[in-house]
Amino acid sequence: MNGWTGSILLVDLDRGETGVLRPDRALYAKFLGGRGLAGHFLRPKATLAWDDPETPLLVFTGPLNGTASPTPGRATIMSRSPLTPATACSSVGGRLGRELKNAGWDGLIITGKSARPVGLEIRDREARLVDASMLAGLTTGRIFDRLTASEPKASLAATGPAAENGVLFASIAVDRHHAAGRSGLGLTMAAKGLKYLLILGTGRTEVHDPAMLKQARQDILRLTAASPVLMGGLGLSRYGTPALYDLMHSRRMMPTDNFRHTRFEAAARLNAHALVQRFRPKAAGCAGCHIRCKRVDESGRSLPEFESLSHFTALIGNDDLDAAVAANELCNEYGMDAISAGATLACLLEITGEEVSGARILELLRDTALGRGLGADLGRGSRRLAEYMGWPEKSMSVKGLELPAYDPRGAYGMALALAVATRGGCHLAAYPVSHEILRKPVATDRFSFSGKARMIKIAEDMNAAVDSLPACKFTFFAAGLEEYAKAYTAVTGEPSSAQDLLLAGERVYYNERIMNALNGLTIKDDDLPVRFFEDDGDSGGGVSVKALDRDEFLDARERYCRVRGLDEHGRPTGQTAQRLGLEWND
Amino acid sequence: MERLINKYAAKLIRAGLCDPGEPLVAGLDDELVWNREDDIRPELERLFKLLSINSLVCARPAEPFQTIINHLADKHPTVIRPQDCETRTFLHDLPVAPEFSARAMAEALRRRKSVIVPHPEGGRAVVACGAVSPEQGFVFLSSVCFAGFVLFFSEHLDETRKGLAKKDQVRAFERAAGFLPEPVPAAPRLMSGPFLSEDEALAAIAQAGRHTVDLGLVDSYFGNVSYRLGDLLYISQTGSSLDELEGCVDPCPMDDSSCAGLTASSELTAHMAIVRGSQARAILHGHPRFTVVLSMDCGLADCPERGQCHVRCPGRRSVCGVPVVPGEVGAGPLGLARTLPPAIMAPDNESGAAIVYGHGLFATDHTDFNRTLETMIEVENACRAEYFERLAGGGGA
Ligand code: SF4
Ligand SMILES: [Zn+2]
Repeated sequence: MNGWTGSILLVDLDRGETGVLRPDRALYAKFLGGRGLAGHFLRPKATLAWDDPETPLLVFTGPLNGTASPTPGRATIMSRSPLTPATACSSVGGRLGRELKNAGWDGLIITGKSARPVGLEIRDREARLVDASMLAGLTTGRIFDRLTASEPKASLAATGPAAENGVLFASIAVDRHHAAGRSGLGLTMAAKGLKYLLILGTGRTEVHDPAMLKQARQDILRLTAASPVLMGGLGLSRYGTPALYDLMHSRRMMPTDNFRHTRFEAAARLNAHALVQRFRPKAAGCAGCHIRCKRVDESGRSLPEFESLSHFTALIGNDDLDAAVAANELCNEYGMDAISAGATLACLLEITGEEVSGARILELLRDTALGRGLGADLGRGSRRLAEYMGWPEKSMSVKGLELPAYDPRGAYGMALALAVATRGGCHLAAYPVSHEILRKPVATDRFSFSGKARMIKIAEDMNAAVDSLPACKFTFFAAGLEEYAKAYTAVTGEPSSAQDLLLAGERVYYNERIMNALNGLTIKDDDLPVRFFEDDGDSGGGVSVKALDRDEFLDARERYCRVRGLDEHGRPTGQTAQRLGLEWND
Repeated sequence: MERLINKYAAKLIRAGLCDPGEPLVAGLDDELVWNREDDIRPELERLFKLLSINSLVCARPAEPFQTIINHLADKHPTVIRPQDCETRTFLHDLPVAPEFSARAMAEALRRRKSVIVPHPEGGRAVVACGAVSPEQGFVFLSSVCFAGFVLFFSEHLDETRKGLAKKDQVRAFERAAGFLPEPVPAAPRLMSGPFLSEDEALAAIAQAGRHTVDLGLVDSYFGNVSYRLGDLLYISQTGSSLDELEGCVDPCPMDDSSCAGLTASSELTAHMAIVRGSQARAILHGHPRFTVVLSMDCGLADCPERGQCHVRCPGRRSVCGVPVVPGEVGAGPLGLARTLPPAIMAPDNESGAAIVYGHGLFATDHTDFNRTLETMIEVENACRAEYFERLAGGGGA
């Protein structure tokens, strides 16, 4: 086959055995790869507990990994979430996708539970389990130092102390500067006794039509070069994702003090420019990416992404840039999701009324990762923390997943998208910031729900396809599936168009919705914290940020259900499932 | 949705791209809404079943675009491949469908943003769709008209020169040329600078943008405008409508101390380089059609870079006294941000302007937008006259 390797590695940690699965081509064409294939293989086990040994941990690449297609470096890790009742799914960068693909595997399906911590080492077609008990207690940085010293080209994914200590939002650190951050996949991995994955591949992906791929690549590069957000003087390529920080501040949608405000006075001193002045960062990025949106300081330390910068400053009322950078670093080193860590801390601070210094922030985060004192409660995420303390409404989360750094009162498509996203409070499922704020492909009225239901649905389908090909969602500020369909066809030889990929994306997305329904999630779970309907944001500068109108929101959500093909309870329907070739009896 | 479909239907007419009563615009959230009745609606409605889209525009372009697109679609019956920058970057090519059926249109729209189709009542229509807003259909239709215009006039000059222009093409050319509006009239008097306050600068930017569109020197969605005031460069936002710039201008600090201008025009880097490196305060960029046509008309037959002119043209070419430079949109490795500023600031360039190959004109001034608009008008009118001279002279450059 071109594009796909045709082989999936099965790893049984109970028995310490491996096997190979060779799906037929039709399955690949149906789910593309990445997120799509991972979802297909999770589906039969979708209702198992996150720590059930039979629950698979899935790592999947797609046909575009390891090719000249632009931004080919993403992979998907999927499983059940310890933090939320929804499916845990994370798009992860670095070299993981490329190495796994070059090693000759479309994906890994890891089941069982090892009695002792083990590492899974894959060198091309050879896979072996290695004792990893000596890594216990080490920070992820130390683990990277140890394991990659002799194999600098290998990709390494590892959990850190937070996962060992049961933090529900523990992450999987990948290649030092990347992570499968959200939904607690690090803890799911740790529950299997799997400490790390080390992968080295020396093969290459066979491409059906290299000349056509080159053309598609040029079309996409031309579009990204024309994009101010990606390659412009103030764009991601120059400043990394913190480029968004000033914009969210100026649009008065920067979540501040646990979403009690939408504007943070100190923001102008804590922006991307300040990071450059203070840390002189270098650019880094995922394998094969020309945008390179990651930032690393002179000592090799990862600097915060926009989300963590915003949450470790505005959301917790911190105006100390060094502390924010250190907090981000601490999350990386201990292996926890910075968004959930920051938001859970913000929830606690609202409840207790405590004002924190930089030192206190770091102390609380360290306690979280190590499960000490109050930190043990923080490590259970904001929903459990707020319920336990008697203030459930102060958890700013959807389906138990803490919200990212976009206040939904400042962008109504984002409000709807955050509410309905399959993995919970996730901005990436539909990323309406693209048109509501960044004006791509065209600008929409951010203070209106008009037309947003279908926009969100189509964008969710698109991003599900993007995560399956895979490509980086940032590229889609400029390019579209029109250009990527050409890359996909060039690589696989499978005829396709933008619309074909959208249909595949719809299937991938609907399958996730089915898995959520199997776990009892309904329309009631597609909702935002009550604060957004009761309290206004901070208006000013000609912008009025009002509380969301509950009726308008509910109306938009109803329209979304109709457009998405869900019943009035938000559950999948047999008719839509059948149209998409998925099994579901409603 | 209803507001938007009516807005863009009206805008197609105001822009002179369609005759009154012609545009059909639809938007779909959970229910389909149209701007007006029409017998062809049922066929178009089928497109919403075949494609995952939320909006659609269907209209026969007004003259001269109708003649142009009809001719090009006859000549290239499956796909038209213009070489201008808007097509190259955004549309790639312009598919042509053989019949007005949902199936035939969907076939093209599955992979492209627009399709040219025979209209049941004669002539050809452009059908364009979007997944975000009816504005997309509007933009694609305007780009198809622009690209068709540039290709048609370029091909005709080139083929006349080579003695290849066929009779039907000469007829179509004469017909289209007959529909050309008068040369661009003299510029109206714009606000006088230098501007000393933000309010003045914003008003001047909006005024310059509106007149540039109204004079037909750029289609609404394209082009950009900026003004330097102290340590800030005020610049139109990316994807803004040049005739509706109120609230769509970003202030960008010249020391880059804020990224709030992340939404600024894709040409921010080029504008910044010009105001940083010269006395220029006002910059106006449009896509005047004959200027673009002539920027691509190079007589150098044996140039080694043929086919890559838009990024590699090595010649020191000029059109009507204004230098022509290669460069793609934006600040990428082949971007015009690298080629345009040096050309504008070159000591021997008295025009304060430069043309980007296949793309458009950038004009600058030290005080306000009066001179920039005049330059654009003068160059466009001169290019138009020059075009017909080259044609009459058998096409020699
Ligand atoms: S843009 Fe950033 S996240 Fe996306 S592939 Fe490139 S480096 Fe990775
Ligand atoms: Zn332009």
